[in-house]
Amino acid sequence: MSLMKIFTNGFIKENPLFVLVLGTCPSLATTTSATNGLGMGLATTFVLGLSNLAIALTARHIPDKVRIPAFIVIIATLVTIVDLLMSAWVNSPGPNGEPSLYDQLGIFIPLIVVNCIVLGRAEAFASKNKPIASLLDGLGSGLGFTFALSLVGSIRELLGSGSVFGLNLLPAQSNILIFILAPGGFIVLGYVIALVNRLKRT
Amino acid sequence: MAKKESTLWNLLSTLVMITFFSSALLGGTYLLTKDPIAEAAAEKKNFAIKKVLPGFDNHPGQESYTIQSIDQTGELIGYPGLSEGKLVGTAVETYTMKGFGGLIRLMVGLDPEGKILSISVLEQKETPGLGTHITDKEFQDLFIGKNPGEMPLKVRKDGGDIDAITAATISSRAFCDAVQRAYDSWKNHTKKND
Repeated sequence: MSLMKIFTNGFIKENPLFVLVLGTCPSLATTTSATNGLGMGLATTFVLGLSNLAIALTARHIPDKVRIPAFIVIIATLVTIVDLLMSAWVNSPGPNGEPSLYDQLGIFIPLIVVNCIVLGRAEAFASKNKPIASLLDGLGSGLGFTFALSLVGSIRELLGSGSVFGLNLLPAQSNILIFILAPGGFIVLGYVIALVNRLKRT
Repeated sequence: MAKKESTLWNLLSTLVMITFFSSALLGGTYLLTKDPIAEAAAEKKNFAIKKVLPGFDNHPGQESYTIQSIDQTGELIGYPGLSEGKLVGTAVETYTMKGFGGLIRLMVGLDPEGKILSISVLEQKETPGLGTHITDKEFQDLFIGKNPGEMPLKVRKDGGDIDAITAATISSRAFCDAVQRAYDSWKNHTKKND
């Protein structure tokens, strides 16, 4: 498989959320708005790329029986490092008192550890492939996940709060409250997956 | 290169190696980021104080004192803002547990008479799109200039004069509770010390 193909594979054909249906728990929790979905997706992409690279480099030194615990330690270490770095250097409020990037994303970062996409890619791809290919696979899957989260987030935000990325599009009277609550997340995700399946058949 | 075999020694040594390197990396990152993290937290606090207090020339962040909450459920922090040695206002770091998502922390600026100067939300876990409107200027502006000692802060439903956020009465109520707590506790504290 060419490197380009590996990269795009995770984006559409094996989209983590729509096709593999991995990581639904953090997805439903963080897609209440398009911005949150995008933020969670980008943070996951970063960790996914690094963890795939780290695991591809170390996998052949790790005996099969302790594979999973070893991978989890590596992933958790990476996530904690990202969390510490972000809270140190992207943590000052904006000029008009907007919350810092870390304040907006902070709650999602620890959630990446329990995201099964990261462990899933480590198991299915990085432990059997070369470092560069693994890095690309991680970034591709991550961007696919980012796209999926942004899409679900945009739909929920539009129907629930009448805006997309904070930009007001619909009047407040047309807001359907349920879409920013948990049930709305399930409904939107279900319809989007159905649509993706339909499009894939043709 | 062949994969390592799953002998007991290999399992043990691999896990020990991985955890050792991980903890070394984490320790290093912690040492590296410790000071910037503390700085960022202090900067954030100073920023909130600056937002709720008018021109002061001292360092309220370093002259803070603790205030016992009026209902004895916790502690608030007061940051006095002085201009040429005269008190121009106090920023009170307050909280409530009555939010829809539990804890809400606010910074409330009170002038020497207890009138509300400005409010800033430090931490909240309200429902996105509903309760999160407590961070909006339009809602916070309802409180500016009010003296909670003359007219207790309550939403209209409870007989007060604050227009609650649509579909977020609980969050609005909690917000009132936190601001009222700031005033009552601060008043109680200054009375005791006079």
